[in-house]
Amino acid sequence: MDIAFVIEKFILVTIIFAITLVIAMYSTYAERKVAAFLQDRLGPDRAGPFGILQPLADGLKMFMKEEIIPTNASKWLFMVGPGLAMLTACIGTAVIPWGSPIVVNDRIVPLQVTDINVGILYIFGVVSLGVYGVMIGGWASNNKYSLLSAIRAASQNISYEIAMGLSIIALLLVTNTMSLKEIVDQQHGWHWNIFYQPLGFLIFIICAFAETNRAPFDLPECETELIGGYHTEYSSMKLGFYLFAEYINMFVSSAVMATLYFGGYNYPGMDWVLMHTGPVVGPLIGTAVFFVKIFAFIFFFMWVRWTIPRFRYDQLMHLGWKGLIPLAIANIIITGIVIAIIEKF
Amino acid sequence: MEPLTSKKKILEQKPLTFAERIYLPAIAKGLSVTISHLFKKEATIRYPEVQREFSVNFRGLHSLKRDENGKERCTACGLCALSCPAEAITMIAAERKPEEKDLYREEKYAAVYEINMLRCIFCGLCEEACPKEAIYLDGPIVPSDYLRKDFIYGKDKLVEQPLTNK
Repeated sequence: MDIAFVIEKFILVTIIFAITLVIAMYSTYAERKVAAFLQDRLGPDRAGPFGILQPLADGLKMFMKEEIIPTNASKWLFMVGPGLAMLTACIGTAVIPWGSPIVVNDRIVPLQVTDINVGILYIFGVVSLGVYGVMIGGWASNNKYSLLSAIRAASQNISYEIAMGLSIIALLLVTNTMSLKEIVDQQHGWHWNIFYQPLGFLIFIICAFAETNRAPFDLPECETELIGGYHTEYSSMKLGFYLFAEYINMFVSSAVMATLYFGGYNYPGMDWVLMHTGPVVGPLIGTAVFFVKIFAFIFFFMWVRWTIPRFRYDQLMHLGWKGLIPLAIANIIITGIVIAIIEKF
Repeated sequence: MEPLTSKKKILEQKPLTFAERIYLPAIAKGLSVTISHLFKKEATIRYPEVQREFSVNFRGLHSLKRDENGKERCTACGLCALSCPAEAITMIAAERKPEEKDLYREEKYAAVYEINMLRCIFCGLCEEACPKEAIYLDGPIVPSDYLRKDFIYGKDKLVEQPLTNK
């Protein structure tokens, strides 16, 4: 391992981290703007032109707020909760391939922090860890609403993880690999997995909504029943971390969906573009396309949030266990049969 | 429990059809409704910069009028204060001195004329009560402020600007 490798990875990690935070920051702004536009309003437009500085103002407000730790809260866990939520949200970005490798001075620089051969499993592990931030925060608050919310979050995540995993198995039957890099490269040009696994994608995106605690599955922060949900007792930047982690989760799951089903940085006509733009600009155009896909998904998340009312808790469980899981199993069986038939003939 | 009226409506709850059970058609319909609103014109008026046009009989901030020679019309009769249902108006009358002939139209005038804008309900009864056509509620919305005392508007804020060219 030479020093150049370390520097290269360090730079890449820093850039990805910065981009993730900026996108999460502006997702809060975008959320308010999208909500406003969908409701024939304007949204925040006072801080800077078109309210573009609103996230900074919000961040400043969060830092300036008084920090309150409840007397009977478990102090250490209370502080660990938001940090854990933030950490698990951020580390998911490590295995996502952001673009095809670029060539700088005869050195091939992959635009991916690490290409582990079980990339999908890693993503799963990290996403499942995400619920610990919510659970610990809810438990440590010593507040019945927070605890109820934490229980909801945990059971919801466990239920939907199963369907999500099953939908991924069908995808793995098609791709034959768990490395995200290889999965993306298989989808070269137009051969996106969405065309082979439409049902799998549908299940995956529904589960992604549930895993990120977004509407219509935002029961853990159901204001009408649970005040603020698991972050009822939180204030100041700890609350900010929780809210922020939600948006990072949304960004990461959008990136995962774009990678697994929508071809990542592949787009039709990419060979022609690559040939005409060179080894640095070409891959970066691919990266830009990838980000366009991610933003489209983030917009979809917001669009759905401002359209659909929240599910009732029994409906949520009903949909997860009796709807999505059988559907995902059927999807696996059908995919398996189709693959067997194709191999036979 | 026995029904209290003879009126009765039987609500039949049909079992959900397959399309309803998988939610997706309804969700797609809802999404199309919300996305159509993305392209609609927003109803918001950016208030301090853009102001909505008031109707002709809008009642806003009071102004004490001057006559055609630039003299104050108010004669401190107190009818406006008497008619005010919110008791927002207070005034102190004074007698006009000979050298003040150009300032006040009548021999008696209001030395102090105060309206408490936090009490005023903008009913316009003072305007109707005034025999001298001295007060009209033809101004804009009363601006916001921080202190209660700043909402008591004296003559400095209420009286019309003096005529510049005679």
